[in-house]
Amino acid sequence: MHKSPMVIIFATILISLILGMLARRKKKMDLEQWSVGGRGFGVMFVFLLLAGEIYTTFTFLGGSGWAYGTGGPTVYILAYGAVAYLFSYFLLPPIWRYAKEHNLISQPDFFIKMFDSKWLGILVAVVGVVAIIPYLQSQMTGLGLIVETASYGAISQPVSIGIAMIVLAVYVTISGIHGTAWTAVLKDILIVIVVLFIGIALPIHVGGFHDMFTKINQEKPGFLTLGNGGMGIPWFISTVAMTGLGFYMWPHAFGAVYTAKHERIFRRNAIFLPLYQLVLLFVFFAGFAAILIVPNLQNSNLALLAAVQKVFPAWVAGIIGGAGVLTAIVPGSLMLMSAGTLIAENIYRPLSKSATDAKVQIVARVFVWIVAAVTFLFSLQSNAAIVSLLLMGYDFVSQFFPTVLLAIFARGAVSKVGAFAGILVGVGLVVYFTLSGQSILWGVNIGFWSMLGNMIVVLVVSAVTRDASSKVKESVTA
Amino acid sequence: MSVRWLTIIPIIGIFIGVIFANHATPIVLGMPFLFFYMVVWIVLTSVCMAIVYKFDPTNKE
Repeated sequence: MHKSPMVIIFATILISLILGMLARRKKKMDLEQWSVGGRGFGVMFVFLLLAGEIYTTFTFLGGSGWAYGTGGPTVYILAYGAVAYLFSYFLLPPIWRYAKEHNLISQPDFFIKMFDSKWLGILVAVVGVVAIIPYLQSQMTGLGLIVETASYGAISQPVSIGIAMIVLAVYVTISGIHGTAWTAVLKDILIVIVVLFIGIALPIHVGGFHDMFTKINQEKPGFLTLGNGGMGIPWFISTVAMTGLGFYMWPHAFGAVYTAKHERIFRRNAIFLPLYQLVLLFVFFAGFAAILIVPNLQNSNLALLAAVQKVFPAWVAGIIGGAGVLTAIVPGSLMLMSAGTLIAENIYRPLSKSATDAKVQIVARVFVWIVAAVTFLFSLQSNAAIVSLLLMGYDFVSQFFPTVLLAIFARGAVSKVGAFAGILVGVGLVVYFTLSGQSILWGVNIGFWSMLGNMIVVLVVSAVTRDASSKVKESVTA
Repeated sequence: MSVRWLTIIPIIGIFIGVIFANHATPIVLGMPFLFFYMVVWIVLTSVCMAIVYKFDPTNKE
């Protein structure tokens, strides 16, 4: 019986709950505090909230799992981060400025204000919630695997996912974004230490970096380059473009942008965030080492944990599990909170005549629990690779990009009807490709095809349906 | 010409350069060449962003 991993994992959950409660002390929890932290976060918190995106369960298990199962194409994960941060320098300050000027709280607010249309806001909110669910599911699948593995099977995956969802929902209901920011600090310190440790120790265990890769390259020629499983160079370019541009289109990431105190924060962060993600490299190293340590696993998501358990004593697996739990709680709580806010603020409020602020707040918290329950049910149904779940969510959210881009930099070129049509066509294409079981068409990522179709529709439809000239607001790029 | 155009360099390196860098060998600094190449561009992205930040007049207030 291995008790120590379980003790460590539950202690971690407890500590993060306490942090969440401490963070809310003496703060009046109205919706603006709850979801955008009263727009008072400085460089450090914004950095961690936005970087929280890189170090999720997806990174931890999905990243190593991809290195283990897919090889060379894993490199896209490094590239898209750099592209996303590079674009953030230009993209985020105008979004932040517009949000501050108009007191926006959520992502759909941006569309509502920009195009003066509550229905566009509702559409964006619905697509956002739909995209969040596979992402959340990827976090929960990972969390379930961690707890199941760390308990050496004593707690089964459905039970641990259930526990995880409840912890997450309690956490979000109590503390909102303040708790997330504080837990993010703890998470990032722990995760960097853990990842550097296993990313160096495991490769050394199999004979050092050079020998490890030489051996893998001999055993599986072509595995360490692009081209595996149809994922060649066109796939790389289109996926990096789609995910890099879609990065800040996630409702929770878009909303996290609003928490900043001033706009220079984003420009400064654009310098350091690319370097910060180099830690990911060590996640990949651990996954590659697992090829030699625990070959032929059925479930590639398990590669990292299985290798750690084979090489290290049980308590090390416990600490890694604890870090893994935090990587699920931080982004998971951001996503759950965004989903709750989206539904309450941007679907319930505009559709209900009797909506008071107090009622909207209650609806937000109730929907946190409903979304958690739905995600839990989906997690029981499917055991898809964590990265494919994430990419599916990206396919959806990146459909916002053409409209956001035009709204910011060329407001005159996009009309309300155009924005509507573009998002609908983009999302429709994603659904069509997903249902027909395609993720790559002619070597190119289907999310990219959909985004391209979306862009063309926005431009064409906008050209024939210009907004009444009096209503067109000036571009916000001053 | 705005210093912001400097950001085009990492974009070219990542999106177009990868066509020529898609090799497993030589292994450099313990990494397959493709991974090493991407690491170099991430560092260069950071350097470019630092230069842009420093000389972009918008940040001088």
